[in-house]
Amino acid sequence: MAHYDAIIIGGGHNGLVSAAVLAKAGRKVLVLERRHVLGGAAVTEEIYPGFKYSVCSYVVSLLRPEIIRELQLPRFGLEILPLDCSFLPLPDGRSLARWGDAERTRAEVSKFSARDAERASQFGHAMVRMGQLVRPILKMVPPSPGSMNPSQLLDLLQLGRRFQGLGPEGLALATKMMTMSAADFLDEWFESEALKAPMSVSGIIGTFQGVRSPGTAYVLLHHYMGEIDGAYRSWGFAKGGTGAISNAIADSARHFGAEIRTEAPIGRVRIEGGKATGVILENGDEIAANVVVSGVDPHRTFLGLVGEEHLDPDLVKRIRRFKMRGSSGKVNLALDRAPSFTCRPGDGPHIRGDIAIAPSIDYLERAYDQAKYGEFSTRPYLNVVIPSLTDPSVAPPGKHVMSCFVQYAPYRIKEGPEHWPEKREAFGDTVVDTLEEYIPDIRDIILHRQVLSPWDLEQEFGLTEGNIFHGELSLEQLFFLRPTADWSRYRTPVRHLWMCGSGTHPGGGIMGAPGWLAAREMLRAGGV
Amino acid sequence: MSRHSPFHERTAALCTSYRWKEWAGYHAVCSYDTSVEREYFAFRHAAGLLDASPLIKYDVRGPDAAAYLSRLSVRRIDKLAVGRVVYCCWVDDRGHVIDDGTIARLDEDAYRVTTGEPELWWLEQNRRGYDVSVEETTHRYGVLALQGPSSGAILSAVTGTDLTGLRYFGLTSARLADRDVLVSRTGYTGDLGYEVWVEAEHALPVWDTLMTEGRAYGIVPAGLDALDVTRIEAGYLLLGIDYKSAPRCLIDAQKSSPYEIGLGWMVQLDREPFIGQAALRAEKERGSEWALVGLDVSWTALEALYERHGLPPSLATHAWRTAAPLYDGKRQIGQATSGTWSPTLKRNLALATVRRGYDRVGTRIEIETTVEYRRHTIPATVVDRPFFDPERRRS
Ligand SMILES: Cc1cc2nc3c(=O)[nH]c(=O)nc-3n(C[C@H](O)[C@H](O)[C@H](O)COP(=O)(O)OP(=O)(O)OC[C@H]3O[C@@H](n4cnc5c(N)ncnc54)[C@H](O)[C@@H]3O)c2cc1C
Repeated sequence: MAHYDAIIIGGGHNGLVSAAVLAKAGRKVLVLERRHVLGGAAVTEEIYPGFKYSVCSYVVSLLRPEIIRELQLPRFGLEILPLDCSFLPLPDGRSLARWGDAERTRAEVSKFSARDAERASQFGHAMVRMGQLVRPILKMVPPSPGSMNPSQLLDLLQLGRRFQGLGPEGLALATKMMTMSAADFLDEWFESEALKAPMSVSGIIGTFQGVRSPGTAYVLLHHYMGEIDGAYRSWGFAKGGTGAISNAIADSARHFGAEIRTEAPIGRVRIEGGKATGVILENGDEIAANVVVSGVDPHRTFLGLVGEEHLDPDLVKRIRRFKMRGSSGKVNLALDRAPSFTCRPGDGPHIRGDIAIAPSIDYLERAYDQAKYGEFSTRPYLNVVIPSLTDPSVAPPGKHVMSCFVQYAPYRIKEGPEHWPEKREAFGDTVVDTLEEYIPDIRDIILHRQVLSPWDLEQEFGLTEGNIFHGELSLEQLFFLRPTADWSRYRTPVRHLWMCGSGTHPGGGIMGAPGWLAAREMLRAGGV
Repeated sequence: MSRHSPFHERTAALCTSYRWKEWAGYHAVCSYDTSVEREYFAFRHAAGLLDASPLIKYDVRGPDAAAYLSRLSVRRIDKLAVGRVVYCCWVDDRGHVIDDGTIARLDEDAYRVTTGEPELWWLEQNRRGYDVSVEETTHRYGVLALQGPSSGAILSAVTGTDLTGLRYFGLTSARLADRDVLVSRTGYTGDLGYEVWVEAEHALPVWDTLMTEGRAYGIVPAGLDALDVTRIEAGYLLLGIDYKSAPRCLIDAQKSSPYEIGLGWMVQLDREPFIGQAALRAEKERGSEWALVGLDVSWTALEALYERHGLPPSLATHAWRTAAPLYDGKRQIGQATSGTWSPTLKRNLALATVRRGYDRVGTRIEIETTVEYRRHTIPATVVDRPFFDPERRRS
């Protein structure tokens, strides 16, 4: 029987990063992926002939540049194209486009508020400063707060110093960021809804909270930590769709010697004498390894692949409490031609970036209200992109793909999550209805539609409760609390079983950092 | 006063940034937009359309053209087949580089030479004894560089001929917008790309057709700033920046041989006499003092340096060409002459000239950099050129 140094469960982008790092360090690595394609939530699939959908995730900002360099991803086809515009169409015919060019943005924002137009750049500066504070955390294995280990103490000390270095003003801002709601926090800076509403949504993406829920301000920061160009930049498309990122990482892993198998679902982690010794596939095959590394979410890892019988009941309780609560869905459209918005007709750079359907804070909060009581929003927040306008390789010439991220679509609808399949198309209709208010002829140009509810995300992609980040990115679930206080350093109570997915620090998004940090920690700790 | 390119009417209307510069006596667009990003990414992901009309062009004709060009060039031209192009450089008697450019064989006895600086004086000076005519044709043609992964598909669509079969450095005639054009598979971006040559009076319809038909393939008009980033990623030299033209140098130390600027590979010594042959042979035997290398400037070190100042790392979005000294400890061992942050590779790249002994891949040296008005040095490593070399460039 084959024996590996490490078996990675799941070919999501984090699992693949771990595999590549371990293989590069000379380890014998096997990745086992349940689906027929690699990438997990970072995947491109040609669901409708000629049209390549980024089925789940659709934009990238946080992918760590050191990963891109060390794994030589450009050599394996990775190319990221920046988005230059955030566009907000409004139902009353007005619209706001925010650009990379600060002066151009100022001119646009002053149509709504001259004061806000000037504040916007100051806000940007403040966020960059805060980002500077938090950014090193993304690169570090979380120290345990109670640890007496000298190197961990040093890490904590350095973090403390950074906060001190902020001065009173900076500290006040940091404290506000960590406690306030996104809407309140933005209220302190801006007056116009057209600015606040689309900005506030970054605080709620992937969480089951509203823009007026306390604690959501912190997540705004993540938008200022994107690192497309080594400097602080925002979002971009991967050429060929987000699956191209996973494929580049997979090719890099293979180049360094990793073996990757698809359609190889794992049933259990093999545990002998309290130690992980390999995996048992669903078909019964057993494969042995020195360490097993789980790239799937903490629920699935502990409650599914390990099994409660191997775990301390207290940990089981904490894992159950780790908030998954999926709140979003996805609608992918194949279009016969580029859409034209009533408020700013025709093609143009404004539709080449991301487009937000988020006309006001009230609109967003109302969308959340429905979700609280187990319904999908009848007028949801949409984040729309048309990558084919920038990357012609994802659609036939002149045709387009449109990706709509939709929130809220609660996993626990009142009829029960298993009833999602009956509601799926109605949910899809809602999204098209919403779009129609801005693009009147949208129905005429749709050639194909793919609707994914949180239930589908769970069934098809193995995301528990459809949570896009393997667990909400709320403060109580981040850093040394992710996924739980005792097990935030990629280790688990089962010896030789590690975690490397988005459910570990620093969390979800196409970042690769969990996979990267986990693999390096394993190599440091030895035993692999 | 600079002149207008035959595409000026179109490029001027699109250049909303008003960012222009002078190129060989022409007005040329730096970037159409205030930011260079969209144009750069068009070159790498779709197709960028660059007005390259200012490229200096000479048509060389006559029964002795092949022999004449061979005598002038460091590589053989007499073997060049009709419909082929070569990249080449020219040196003086002492083996110092005068210029670099391309030579295309249009016909049995007709060649087109492109250069970075006006070199008619030199072409004329060496013409004695050869039955050739040399004529500058710069103003007679409009040239469009269409570069990027979808360039082949666009050109095939507009010419109605499958141009994807045209080999790297191949040349063919075609019909575009009902006009006769020449299409060469050449460029300065290190990507799949073509140059379209058209008589000046037919320039506008060619531009219009490319722009209209190219839309579905993501065509974007692009300027020189975006080109500069791509040419550094591709490791291509720029005359006047990465090396100097010998007859335009004030002191000998500013001159370089082909070996010293990474063009030694093209020198063909063992053949009929050519200008500079003896000097180049002697240098080849002796070994060169200098070498041109690619540098990867440590991003981690740069980030740490900014961090020490409490700043996030920041870099210009366009390429730089203000030379920076290079050190081995305290000893200055050369200079980086141009560089850029590579948005594709996420690496901080530079082209540099270093003393002999520092040119091996993997050699670590230090480069000077300034943060908050203070001078520092950070590590850089000699790496292979081209930095970025997608298969589609040649395949
Ligand atoms: C709809 C949606 C939109 C999103 N949009 C964005 C976005 O625009 N930008 C962004 O940065 N992030 C976005 N995200 C989040 C981001 O995609 C995820 O956080 C990230 O891709 C997760 O990567 P991962 O490697 O940690 O896990 P996953 O991608 O979930 O990978 C886990 C893998 O394990 C496999 N697996 C599960 N069970 C088994 C088993 N038993 N045996 C073998 N294999 C198994 C799964 O099939 C999967 O391939 C989005 C997510 C979703 C769902």
